[in-house]
Amino acid sequence: MSALQKMMGWIDDRFPLTATYKAHLSEYYAPKNFNFWYFFGSLALLVLVMQIVTGIFLTMNYKPDSELAFGSVEYIMRDVDWGWLIRYMHSTGASMFFVVVYLHMFRGLMYGSYRKPRELIWIFGVLIYLALMAEAFLGYLLPWGQMSYWGAQVIVNLFAAVPFIGDDLSLWIRGDYVISDATLNRFFAFHVIALPLVLIALVAVHLVALHEVGSNNPDGIEIKKKKDANGIPLDGIPFHPYYTVKDIVGVIVFLMVFSAIVFFGPTMGGYFLEANNFIPADPLKTPPHIAPLWYFTPFYAILRAVPPMFGSQFPGVVAMGLSIVLLFFLPWLDRGKVKSIRYRGPIYKIALALFIVAFVGLGYLGLLPPSPVATILAQTFSVIYFLFFLLMPWYTSIDKTKPEPERVTG
Amino acid sequence: MSQEADGQKVDTRKRKFLIAATSAVGGVAVAGVAVPLVMSMLPSARAKAAGAPVDVDISKIEPGMLLTSEWRGKPVWVVNRTKEMLDLLGKHDDKLVDPNSEQPQQPPYCKNATRSIKPEYLVAVGICTHLGCSPTYRKEVGAADLGADWPGGFFCPCHGSRFDLAARVFKNVPAPTNLVIPPHQYLSDTKLLIGVDTKGA
Repeated sequence: MSALQKMMGWIDDRFPLTATYKAHLSEYYAPKNFNFWYFFGSLALLVLVMQIVTGIFLTMNYKPDSELAFGSVEYIMRDVDWGWLIRYMHSTGASMFFVVVYLHMFRGLMYGSYRKPRELIWIFGVLIYLALMAEAFLGYLLPWGQMSYWGAQVIVNLFAAVPFIGDDLSLWIRGDYVISDATLNRFFAFHVIALPLVLIALVAVHLVALHEVGSNNPDGIEIKKKKDANGIPLDGIPFHPYYTVKDIVGVIVFLMVFSAIVFFGPTMGGYFLEANNFIPADPLKTPPHIAPLWYFTPFYAILRAVPPMFGSQFPGVVAMGLSIVLLFFLPWLDRGKVKSIRYRGPIYKIALALFIVAFVGLGYLGLLPPSPVATILAQTFSVIYFLFFLLMPWYTSIDKTKPEPERVTG
Repeated sequence: MSQEADGQKVDTRKRKFLIAATSAVGGVAVAGVAVPLVMSMLPSARAKAAGAPVDVDISKIEPGMLLTSEWRGKPVWVVNRTKEMLDLLGKHDDKLVDPNSEQPQQPPYCKNATRSIKPEYLVAVGICTHLGCSPTYRKEVGAADLGADWPGGFFCPCHGSRFDLAARVFKNVPAPTNLVIPPHQYLSDTKLLIGVDTKGA
């Protein structure tokens, strides 16, 4: 026995290192037919690590104080060695996190990855998405620019729309009568400690649940139904080395795109970093046009599409909340006989296409200043968005599906 | 789980009761500890104390112009309304949600046609009642982007809410109510105190 084997033996007697390695990597059998869409889970994990690492180093120079915050970010950008790189990696990482997560979620919609027995994976995933939105929103206040300030003002006021307790609730969130130093300081605490812990825990349970039931695949069939004499799925290949190597290709291509943005267009024309956020927060003056960052705009458009009712803007807030809550029920709304879009009938394909058009359309409209035409379009898209979910039990059950194959295809 | 321990029968009813009682007491303890943490997020004594009233010198406001001052961290506008502006106020009541200021968005002494103590001076909190943006002062009548029937007023850039020059909200906009008129009083003809009512008013 070599010294290394001896040491591994010593550890394995005290900690299940080899067993964990086998269970999650070398003997975790993933379907052999993963395609392009299966890059985004591991990429999301990469971005999470990148955000945590760059975030730690930003914290070393950032000051969570309404007098100092804006200046400290500029200090990081100008005077701290490589500070600009760390900051741009963090700001680009925030947007790219959502790019990757949206594509990851779209993959789930296409191949029915939320269907039985993966309902909990999906629910943990939606919780990750919610935590991520909260994390992004809290982080956006920290540079203390005009968009930080007024964006936070609008979002915190959403809570004030809750009947009866709304005013006290928003006061409690702000810790002051307006967005102020107290708000900035607590958002900092949530952004750097509370939510990252929640995110990491949720990612862990997302993966544990995934590895318990095994990955779905583009055919939407269970590879565990056909096993060889050793109990290994016939259509499964060990995650390591096969998919670690495949994912590295994805990582390299992703990092090429990521670096191009960081080095050549970190503001992405105002979509990743808004121009108005390079002006220090002014509580007395709202910028002429404010819009949230692109990853929130679909929900913002739904909020704006609902007119006030009974002298309250609460219905709009409810509609916005509902548009996210509905995602949780997806596993039970879908009554299709097959999981994957490959074997679904034309109705689901049209419904999914309409949903994507509505979601992207809402995202675009949320960036625009309010206008009558934009409002009517946003209302139309909002209706499509909700009907995709609410009519799903009906249209998925009457859809003409094709038979699923016995074994995975190409 | 074994029902026998040292040859004795385990009383599962007693065990269940003890588990429930321990959980309940533990739950109360957790809730008790959570209270101070939750309460610590309310506005601190310092934040509460910062809501002191502010003095504004209104002698320098030209007719038709707006002065923004700060009270409790919020913008407070003082507009010196001209005779023409005041004349236009009564002509679009049918387009307003609450033309007679029935909603308690102002102190009782400002529940009148101009929503002010002195008709020419409008004092209002410049925070949209929709989601808290600060509307823009758009006094030009019939402004191209706001429509030919625009009587002058305030336009919120965030979600398109419109208010007239008495800070009353128009129909079919996201904001549900008129802008807030803060408690205020005149110390002299040129001095305004925002944040405190006249005694007895």
